[in-house]
Amino acid sequence: MTETTETPKTPAAAPAEQRGLIPLPLAAARALLLVGGIATTASTFLPWTWTSDFPGDLTVNGYPGGLQILTLVAGLITVLFALASYGVRGLGWLLPARNNAPLVLTALSGFAVTWYTVLTIAGELGGIVNWEPGTYIAAVASLLPVIGALALPQDATDTTKEALKAYIAKPDRIPAPQATAPWIQRLAITIIAALALTVFAYGIDAEDELFIGFLIVVVFTSWALHSAGLFDRFSHLTATNRSFALAMGFVAAIAFPFTQTNDHYANLGVNILIFGTVALGLNIVVGLAGLLDLGYVAFLGVGAYTAALVSGSEFSKFSGVQFPFWAAALTGAAASLVFGVLIGAPTLRLRGDYLAIVTLGFGEIFRIAVNNMDGVSGPDITNGPNGIPSIPDLSFFGFNFGDSHDIAGFTIGRFANYYLLMVLIMALVITIYRRASDSRIGRSWIAIREDETAATAMGINGFRVKLIAFALGATLAGLAGTVSAHVTYSVVPNPYQFAGAAPPNSAFLLAAVVLGGMGTVSGPFLGAALLYLLPEKLVALQDKSLLAFGIALILLMRFRPEGIIPNRRRQLEFHETGQLDVPETTTLTDEPAITKAGA
Amino acid sequence: MRFGGLTAVRSVDFTVNSGEIVGLIGPNGAGKTTFFNCLTGLYVPTEGTVSYKGTVLPPKPHLVTKAGIARTFQNIRLFANMTVLENVLVGRHTRTKEGLWSALLRGPGFKKAEKASEERAMELLEFIGLAHKRDHLARNLPYGEQRKLEIARALASEPGLLLLDEPTAGMNPQETRATEELVFAIRDKGIAVLVIEHDMRFIFNLCDRVAVLVQGEKLVEGTSDVVQADERVVAAYLGEPFEATPEDTQPATEAESTTSTKGEAQ
Ligand SMILES: Nc1ncnc2c1ncn2[C@@H]1O[C@H](COP(=O)(O)OP(=O)(O)OP(=O)(O)O)[C@@H](O)[C@H]1O
Ligand SMILES: [Mg+2]
Repeated sequence: MTETTETPKTPAAAPAEQRGLIPLPLAAARALLLVGGIATTASTFLPWTWTSDFPGDLTVNGYPGGLQILTLVAGLITVLFALASYGVRGLGWLLPARNNAPLVLTALSGFAVTWYTVLTIAGELGGIVNWEPGTYIAAVASLLPVIGALALPQDATDTTKEALKAYIAKPDRIPAPQATAPWIQRLAITIIAALALTVFAYGIDAEDELFIGFLIVVVFTSWALHSAGLFDRFSHLTATNRSFALAMGFVAAIAFPFTQTNDHYANLGVNILIFGTVALGLNIVVGLAGLLDLGYVAFLGVGAYTAALVSGSEFSKFSGVQFPFWAAALTGAAASLVFGVLIGAPTLRLRGDYLAIVTLGFGEIFRIAVNNMDGVSGPDITNGPNGIPSIPDLSFFGFNFGDSHDIAGFTIGRFANYYLLMVLIMALVITIYRRASDSRIGRSWIAIREDETAATAMGINGFRVKLIAFALGATLAGLAGTVSAHVTYSVVPNPYQFAGAAPPNSAFLLAAVVLGGMGTVSGPFLGAALLYLLPEKLVALQDKSLLAFGIALILLMRFRPEGIIPNRRRQLEFHETGQLDVPETTTLTDEPAITKAGA
Repeated sequence: MRFGGLTAVRSVDFTVNSGEIVGLIGPNGAGKTTFFNCLTGLYVPTEGTVSYKGTVLPPKPHLVTKAGIARTFQNIRLFANMTVLENVLVGRHTRTKEGLWSALLRGPGFKKAEKASEERAMELLEFIGLAHKRDHLARNLPYGEQRKLEIARALASEPGLLLLDEPTAGMNPQETRATEELVFAIRDKGIAVLVIEHDMRFIFNLCDRVAVLVQGEKLVEGTSDVVQADERVVAAYLGEPFEATPEDTQPATEAESTTSTKGEAQ
């Protein structure tokens, strides 16, 4: 009975037929977006539950708390984008390409965070009886913009799946920004730096449910900004005002401890900075020279152990010696340099996978050797598995890093002191990275990465420049290690392994580089912040964090192999978009300047 | 040069004089590229030496380039994700010496050297006609321009002898003509050129001398007329069996590979 009738596929009918996934007139769709956004915002002023048992106290009338603040912010952003889609004067820059994706994604952001809150209230307090009328209003109100957004007209597609995809797609071409006065550009950078600092400071303080809500809003909003093309504009902005953007980044980084009242968060901050700085050092080796080093954390260990040995700790083999910090830092960096050359000289003759395996081996040798140098199985140097505890705090000219200090009414605690020291070291490492990459030696690293045979045929001594990259990376890690020894009071062999549940270890360092974006400056810091904060904050994930981490990496490699902050070269390597083939700037390397405050 | 049991290049004694354009032709698989690789140190010849301006070169590619022999590749090997200008700047590696320290300290010497390098690179890009594309990524260039860029990159190392491996492969007749002009212009700069090519018209227009390589051995060497007239060359190209009794090879059968090139430039 099956008659094979030729049914020629009707060619996509009238050109540029526009319709929404949900059939509604354009005016209604926009109105839903705007009204829904306003209603969502307003609903946060109502109580969402009757008991203050729920974290953040959502019971107060007229005063949003906890997760409600996130809904409030998401609602406001939805309203802003809705107004921009109406063409309200002064908001046009929010939607340069006038595409639907930012509207859809901001609407989703509000919807997701509201429904997450509503469902957790029911889940944690035991049933929907704990909902107040405000809860219902919020749930419905946050749904409206989503309906409105999906009713926005767009080019007709064959299947629903394609239509949905088109709703979140970034357009191929973002119109070039209008010329703006330099002071406006600088003002914009300043405001963005302040915003980034606020967001980062809020996120680092958030715990449990609040942190998940924070993640929801940040992910959707960033995605919306990305699809609107605002990140492209921002990197263009920082590229034209490079030094100013860098300076603002540092100001924001320095300001971070002043936004914190609890020294615990400064502790997170300093650990992120150490992790990020070491990752940036690894970026020289992996991102620039293309050498896959799987034992990099050993150099952090060398620096930390060296600093511990000369710190004057009574458990150190040389307990009599107490170097001033600058000398300890130099010694640590120098020791790492020596180890870098010793390990690099034999291994760098290998290429690719072989190099990776051998560095992995050397990394493990470091940890095992340190574990055994306890006077029983080897010479008594490192105290074996017990490590070197009670490392005294640093002290500069009578400024003791262990004490709290009051600066302009702000209390700067122990970890905040170290945080500020790490900001200085980060600035140094960033300068080194930028200067090295934009020079003859940096070009030869990239050439080696691109095509080693051609590079040597162009007169580059491959072994020599690779060894320099390796040694420079090791030195920077060693430098960061000297601070980390003091921050953690003690050094033990265990963290300096290939893979573990918590950073830093070689796998996490490499992941921070790959996740953030190879060959960029801000990428490794962003990657480090994510990889440090996520396991720290999502306590429920703790024992499965490696699993989650693996899944996240797979997804990233599938959908964005160039990392979150792509280097122009990498982006072209993975996506033949063609939109980037005409250059905008004349710089040799184009890392977007550091953007995230403290990250 | 032997690969296991296969002798790819055998007893080739060959000299390039300064200011000369010499062609190297031969059927596919004759060992022309392998000969280049031996000259530039990418392969270590099983036997034999390469000497340049009277000194024997070590088989290390970067030292060969430093000594003054630069090359291009048969299958283009640009640094695809670097810009046009950066590619040429990498070519200047052996003629500059700013190390890591000067890059980090950024003294006046560093800035001067970078500026000089960039100027020199731009001159070369103007010379080959790619100056307007300085900030394009090499991978985005059309094929013909990629070949040109490879030549510019090689010229950036200020060679006395330039080795071109099939510079017109895949080009249309106009582009081939332009490349011919380019090679003449390079010679006018006082650089000797050794070029491998399958396009006979190109070779015979261009070269002062042509050598024919067949099955790894040098069959004939001489001016275009001599080579064109030689019937063994025609036979070799048409696939006639080749009796290995070329007059130029050395009698010692033990000397498997003697590659000796003297480019006495300047
Ligand atoms: N690395 C290698 N290992 C083994 N055999 C090789 C290697 N390189 C080249 N050969 C062999 O040496 C011989 C000469 O190759 P070569 O590439 O030099 O030829 P060619 O004259 O350049 O040819 P074409 O005109 O096709 O470029 C071939 O038989 C090739 O298979
Ligand atoms: Mg060949």
